Amino acid sequence: MSAVGVIFSNIHDENIPELSRQRTMGSLPYGGRYRLIDFALSNLVNSGVTTVGIITKNNYQSLMDHLGSGKDWDLARKTGGLILLPPYGAIDNGGLYRNRLEALREITGFLTHRNEDYVILCDCDGVYRMDFSEIISYHEEKQADITLVCHNEKISNSTRYTVVKADDNGRITDIKVNEKVKGADRFFSNITIINRSFLISLINDAVVHGYKSFSEDILRRNIKSLKLFAYDFCGYHATIDSLSSYFQHNMELLDKSIRDELFGNRDIYTKVRDSAPSKYGEMSSIQNSLISDGCIVEGEVENSILFRGVKVGKGTVVKNSIIMQDTVIGENVNLNCVITDKNVVIRDRRVLSGCEEQPYFLAKGTMI
Amino acid sequence: MQRKKECVAMLLAGGQGSRLYALTNNIAKPAVPFGAKYRIIDFPLSNCINSGIDTVGVLTQYQPLVLNEYIGNGQPWDLDRNFGGVHVLSPYQKKAKSAWYEGTANAIFQNLNFIKMYNPDYVLILSGDHIYKMDYSKMLRAHIENNADCTIAAIEVPLKEASRFGILNTNADGSIYEFEEKPKQPKSTLASMGVYIFSAEKMYKYLEEDDNDPNSSKDFGKNVLPAMLNAGERMFAYRFEGYWKDVGTISSLWEANMDLLGEEPAFDVADTTWKIHSRNPLAPPEYLGENAVVKNSMIALGCEVYGTVENSILSSNVIVEEGAEVRDSVIMSNTIIKKGASVQYTIIDESVIVEEAATIGEAKDAAKGIAVLGRNIIVGKNAKVAAGNIIDKNIQDGEEA
Repeated sequence: MSAVGVIFSNIHDENIPELSRQRTMGSLPYGGRYRLIDFALSNLVNSGVTTVGIITKNNYQSLMDHLGSGKDWDLARKTGGLILLPPYGAIDNGGLYRNRLEALREITGFLTHRNEDYVILCDCDGVYRMDFSEIISYHEEKQADITLVCHNEKISNSTRYTVVKADDNGRITDIKVNEKVKGADRFFSNITIINRSFLISLINDAVVHGYKSFSEDILRRNIKSLKLFAYDFCGYHATIDSLSSYFQHNMELLDKSIRDELFGNRDIYTKVRDSAPSKYGEMSSIQNSLISDGCIVEGEVENSILFRGVKVGKGTVVKNSIIMQDTVIGENVNLNCVITDKNVVIRDRRVLSGCEEQPYFLAKGTMI
Repeated sequence: MQRKKECVAMLLAGGQGSRLYALTNNIAKPAVPFGAKYRIIDFPLSNCINSGIDTVGVLTQYQPLVLNEYIGNGQPWDLDRNFGGVHVLSPYQKKAKSAWYEGTANAIFQNLNFIKMYNPDYVLILSGDHIYKMDYSKMLRAHIENNADCTIAAIEVPLKEASRFGILNTNADGSIYEFEEKPKQPKSTLASMGVYIFSAEKMYKYLEEDDNDPNSSKDFGKNVLPAMLNAGERMFAYRFEGYWKDVGTISSLWEANMDLLGEEPAFDVADTTWKIHSRNPLAPPEYLGENAVVKNSMIALGCEVYGTVENSILSSNVIVEEGAEVRDSVIMSNTIIKKGASVQYTIIDESVIVEEAATIGEAKDAAKGIAVLGRNIIVGKNAKVAAGNIIDKNIQDGEEA
């Protein structure tokens, strides 16, 4: 298998404005010590991909800081490796893209100069563990032009999703956007496998025809003339598309079976921070929680996720909450259903509470 | 212009560490895990990079596989450099007279060509069996200011322990007039830490003389330093204040681990002004279950705790099942403590399985010593390992050892 990965780091930013105001969707902290892009990147690397282009648009400082040279994903390479593809990056690059198709048009130079057979397109809004080499085998076996990876995640509001209908052989017969569906269906994960030179010809064709949309003009318009196939991914897939789904899916990591599926092989990579191991005090009490490195816990923590470097003071009770990196919680504080972004300070004796559907959110650097 | 380094560090990491018994059966002492995510060698390596010394030769001899693998290209310590960086130096075959490293001085002597590649003004000699945070650049400054030929880092030790160390007797200005290796009746309590800075040319000279001396045991403390002193070279003690611990024995290794615990720990690895770098485990955050009880402990990534952990250090990916208890113990990576097992006042090496309801060690106050379980062993169901025993083979179900 030879494939190049392309990750869209910004494309769903508008879904969680609270968390993506100062960062890309890709650099959104997740699961205690990860960023969302770690899942796409690690899956690519673990599938044997050694060249990954990352399309950025704006707010990508935090992403660059996270990725560095790519060494933590083994992507600091002489040949290929991690390649950042910012706007205005090349002479044939039209600047700030407005949609997926324009973003692809801007990287035709990058795509042209590779020599891999396939391109794997991924977004940063999914949490999953997937072997792309299996999907490429499927793509080859079906002699597909384009393979769309689909999942059947149970979601409450389907209108943000693309629903795919396929025949028994997997050949796609219909693609519907923003349809209201009840119960599980076959949703497009925005992971696409496509022959590299064919993708370039599709992009060139779209440019001369003035097409605007990847799903409309490349996928749906060609549904009869091209062989579009659906690959059904049956493993755990979480789409992060709102603050409440962010909350809910993070909390799912407290479930051992989900944690084992994602992390059991110990091959989801992330930036190394060299934090000290976490310390637990004489009076600490922790139940059903994930605690990352560098934390100091003196109080009570229940059903919660603590990111790196969080401090929980004495007499403090943290329940059903997600506490991001370097947040400092004083003494005798009471938190329930709270999400704190990075570097939040909560002074002694504060009481904050939200609910599962609407967690109480504290923006980066807030002091209460 | 010839490129050069002001100071090159040479880290003596070849020792067997026989007083750690089962813990060093298969790995060199500097590679012994410490403090939940570190290995002993992380401390001198981090000290080097934090002190601005980016060229380090690591001299290995005994069981080097784990150590070599761990150091790799030095990237975790920022020691992957185009000029300089960390280099593992093992004994090598020569045209005539191939030999293992015979003593600390001989190990350095055999690698003088490595040092000379960097044309340094000073050479820092370190050992790989101490836990401490030290700014070597301050010591180097003192060496330069004293116009010294050799500076020895030294620390005050309790009088009753002084006879275990090399003791320095100094004048008011810090210059050394006498050097006693493990004296029965120590005249002072200023002990050598095994950290030396030499002016490079002087060191070359004395190492060559030492090599030509057939009666020498080729050791810095026993031979080279006394020879320099006798020849009237300028030798100074550099007083170090702070935490410093030799972790060469089971009990000192246990104590040093425990020194990391508490609100005001005797030794703080979380100090962001002097970061201890290490090769990080690839693991998700640790999970503490519904019935977990965790008090006064340090737990690394990837652990899963469903039972009780008190006053203990757990390295990455350790599992403590429901109803199991771990007290006053140090548990290294990938070890599993199964349901109902009890581990007290014990050091357990990597990848050990303690089966259900097994009992390891005794409560700290009652125990006659620290129990030790070596790497990769399995202790069967309902088996018992008595306090103070050192085990390096499997124990069958119900067996007492």
